[in-house]
Amino acid sequence: MNTDISISQVLILAAILFSLGLIGVAIRRNVLFMLISVEIMLNAAGLAFIAAGAKWNQPDGQIMFLFILTMAAAEVSIGLALIMQIYHQHQSLDIDKVNEMKG
Amino acid sequence: MNLLFSISSVIAIVSTLMVITRKHPVHALLYLIVSFLAIAVVIYQLGAPFIAILELIIYAGAIMVLFIFTMMLLNLGKETIDQERKWLQPQTWTGPVLLSLILLVELIYLLSKSSSQEHAITGMDTKIVAQTLFGPYLILVELAALLLTAGIVGAAHIGQHKRRVSHRFLEEYNE
Amino acid sequence: MQHLLWLIPTLPLAGFLILALGRYLSRTTVALVGVGSVSLSALITIIIGVNFISNPPPSGAYSQFLWTWFNASGFAPKISLYLDSLSLVFVFVITFVSALIHLYSSEFMIEDKSYARFFAYMNLFVFSMLILVLAEDLLLMYLGWEGVGLCSFLLIGFWYEKQENGLAAQKAFIITRIGDTAMAIGLFILFYQFQTLHIPALLQGASNKWQIGAPIACTVALLLLAGGIGKSAQLPLQTWLPDAMAGPSPVSALIHAATMVTAGVYLIARMHVIFERSPFTQHLVAVIGAVTLLLAGCSALAQFDIKRVLAYSTISQIGYMFLALGVGAWSAAIFHFMIHAFFKALLFLAAGAVIETQHHEHNMFKMGGLKDKMPLIFWTFLAGAMSLAALPLVSAGFYSKDQILWYAWSAEKGTAWLWLAALIGALITAAYTTRMIILTFFGESKTPLGHLPGMRITIPLVILAVLSITAGFIELPHNFGQVTIFSDLVQKTLPETRMQAGVESEFAFQLIAAIIGLSGIYLTWWTYAKNPGIIDKLKSQALPSTLHRLWFSGWFFDTIYNALFVKPFKTITSINKNDFIDQIYTALVQFTNTLNRILSLSQSGSLRWYIMGIIMGSIIILTLNILL
Repeated sequence: MNTDISISQVLILAAILFSLGLIGVAIRRNVLFMLISVEIMLNAAGLAFIAAGAKWNQPDGQIMFLFILTMAAAEVSIGLALIMQIYHQHQSLDIDKVNEMKG
Repeated sequence: MNLLFSISSVIAIVSTLMVITRKHPVHALLYLIVSFLAIAVVIYQLGAPFIAILELIIYAGAIMVLFIFTMMLLNLGKETIDQERKWLQPQTWTGPVLLSLILLVELIYLLSKSSSQEHAITGMDTKIVAQTLFGPYLILVELAALLLTAGIVGAAHIGQHKRRVSHRFLEEYNE
Repeated sequence: MQHLLWLIPTLPLAGFLILALGRYLSRTTVALVGVGSVSLSALITIIIGVNFISNPPPSGAYSQFLWTWFNASGFAPKISLYLDSLSLVFVFVITFVSALIHLYSSEFMIEDKSYARFFAYMNLFVFSMLILVLAEDLLLMYLGWEGVGLCSFLLIGFWYEKQENGLAAQKAFIITRIGDTAMAIGLFILFYQFQTLHIPALLQGASNKWQIGAPIACTVALLLLAGGIGKSAQLPLQTWLPDAMAGPSPVSALIHAATMVTAGVYLIARMHVIFERSPFTQHLVAVIGAVTLLLAGCSALAQFDIKRVLAYSTISQIGYMFLALGVGAWSAAIFHFMIHAFFKALLFLAAGAVIETQHHEHNMFKMGGLKDKMPLIFWTFLAGAMSLAALPLVSAGFYSKDQILWYAWSAEKGTAWLWLAALIGALITAAYTTRMIILTFFGESKTPLGHLPGMRITIPLVILAVLSITAGFIELPHNFGQVTIFSDLVQKTLPETRMQAGVESEFAFQLIAAIIGLSGIYLTWWTYAKNPGIIDKLKSQALPSTLHRLWFSGWFFDTIYNALFVKPFKTITSINKNDFIDQIYTALVQFTNTLNRILSLSQSGSLRWYIMGIIMGSIIILTLNILL
């Protein structure tokens, strides 16, 4: 196992990936792409957990990743079902059209 | 600076960048899988081989398959790509990108500032992870099981094929 | 038998609870339950009363503990009933007269669409009144006190479709509330002083602890007196009673003549120890009684509504009772209360029957000539009127009122002025009574007769008429007969009247009282029956017509109170209509609404804006983290 990886580099990588995911969520109007971007963000967060776990030499980081994985699976299944439903209701995946919750 | 880590990081960043800029969803998904693979390598290098495998199997495998299925069901065609092109104008993305970059700069600044001492990364034994998971975290495991069940039931319910019902109070329920 | 005491108030309560389901009951059932519950109560009262008199409890009182109401750090008022000779007299009068009036009402109200509601209220009233007089604890008594006030309010406004009835009910309720508040404060002080509201303990404590003329005794006595004059319609809180005649006649008979309005008399008699500790207050009681009986008597002279005459007469007669209480003639006051309950209930019931047959005509000047058309009503009414006018020797009222007149002069606390007031009051009483009889029953008939009342109306009238004549014979002056059955009974609870030393012979006073009474009757007879023109002649002159207007309006008390209290209050409320404190809250609400509108703009429903918000928020937090 290589030991010369700097943890801060991994965290910076996670931060970059997270920001990219955030950009993706913010700039896309297609719900499907937004969901994909959310996956990127989740994955980045998981990476940060693993890095932190490795830094402190604790198993908790990996366990958190497992839970994030579980959560992502549930979230994706619900999210995709919602996307299907939105598509059926609006014949479109444009998030700007789905603004019925307007206050 | 470890070479393997550098390469996989660059691949991860580039492919992620491709994901968020692709017009065709399937292309985006393929890049996403590449990104996941690169991240799995990074995770492996951090001494968590089991998690790296899970990343491959569940993220790049199962979850991506779900996306593919959805895309098949949605039957997105050429007009979707045209639409994406129309939507992705510079005036739409400049603002969010700028803000996100500011956020990223701040994050990197904070991370580089706080990282004080570096010590060697020793691999975390999967056995210890498993023992902790089914020891102190048992209740969370059960909750996660519950969450997955709820996810399945919820997806099954939401995914029901109702025709144009915006709200149950606003329109008649018609199957 | 005395363990049945709890049944006396419980039966009317049960009656009320059953009648509350009124709409599901037939009229026959309603009458049976309403009359039956009170009649059973009266029966039990008589049994217990006979038992009590023939076999009196050693301590002079029988107390029945039911349960503890609540227990709050040492303050544990009990629900317990207390029967001594004073409450026995009251309970007897209440249940007996109530039973007769309920019987009367069962026919009188038969046409009314709210038959069950009427009997429910009446039964609730009887329950509350019995609780009032039987309570061993002042707090329980206060419950009954407020209960009768509530029932009075409900029954005055019984025909609430007419607005003035509702207003009369409100007036009665609000004015008695003034007295009730004072009384409540009196109770607080009593509790503060003695840490209990248990009446025997209070009286014991007051006689041990308080000096005669102690300021605290004076304060408490004044506050209790305020409660008493509110309920008993004495000066200056008397204005509600004439308007209370808006209720049905049986209500006037039961509540506003026989029972509830004498609650003040009961209260003062019950708390007599406290009043004896405060000679000033006790004298005030006598003065209030004397002034009230004169003012109300004069007002009664000028009324044309038969029920208002009787209402003013009630105020006046309660004034006599207060006078008697004030001079320390406790048993005379209670005796007059009992006799008054009989004849005034009778007069109201008979008047109700007259009004009913005259097609709801209240104006005496439009009646007349009823003597031959409804002889039974006439003779019973006459019996009651004789008693009211205190016709010598043959009427019960003579014996009770003569006793008061005698004590007003000769009792230790009596004075010549009080006696004179009472004497003039007797003259006025005789005069307005005769006027009422002449206008209603003599002369020519002016309104055609409706259908005559039936048995259920006449039987109570006859019984009450017999009592109005004969009830006086249980207490005869010492110079003829000297029967003291009643005072012997009452003086087991109340102190004996102390007399002044070396007073003149009672006979002379009786003679004066009799002559005054008879001359009042004769004068009125002469004026109204023999020389009818003289009234009109008098009315054309300035002074008598002013007097008439003054008396007719009840000495302008309503006008004065309107100008003094009602108008300023209304002005203040109209100025502060938009409660200025409320403005603060309104402003707060408007501010919140504005903020809400502004913030709701951010709820655009557009997901991408929300994400931008999240990003901005993160940036702000991280920037702060870096900077700080």
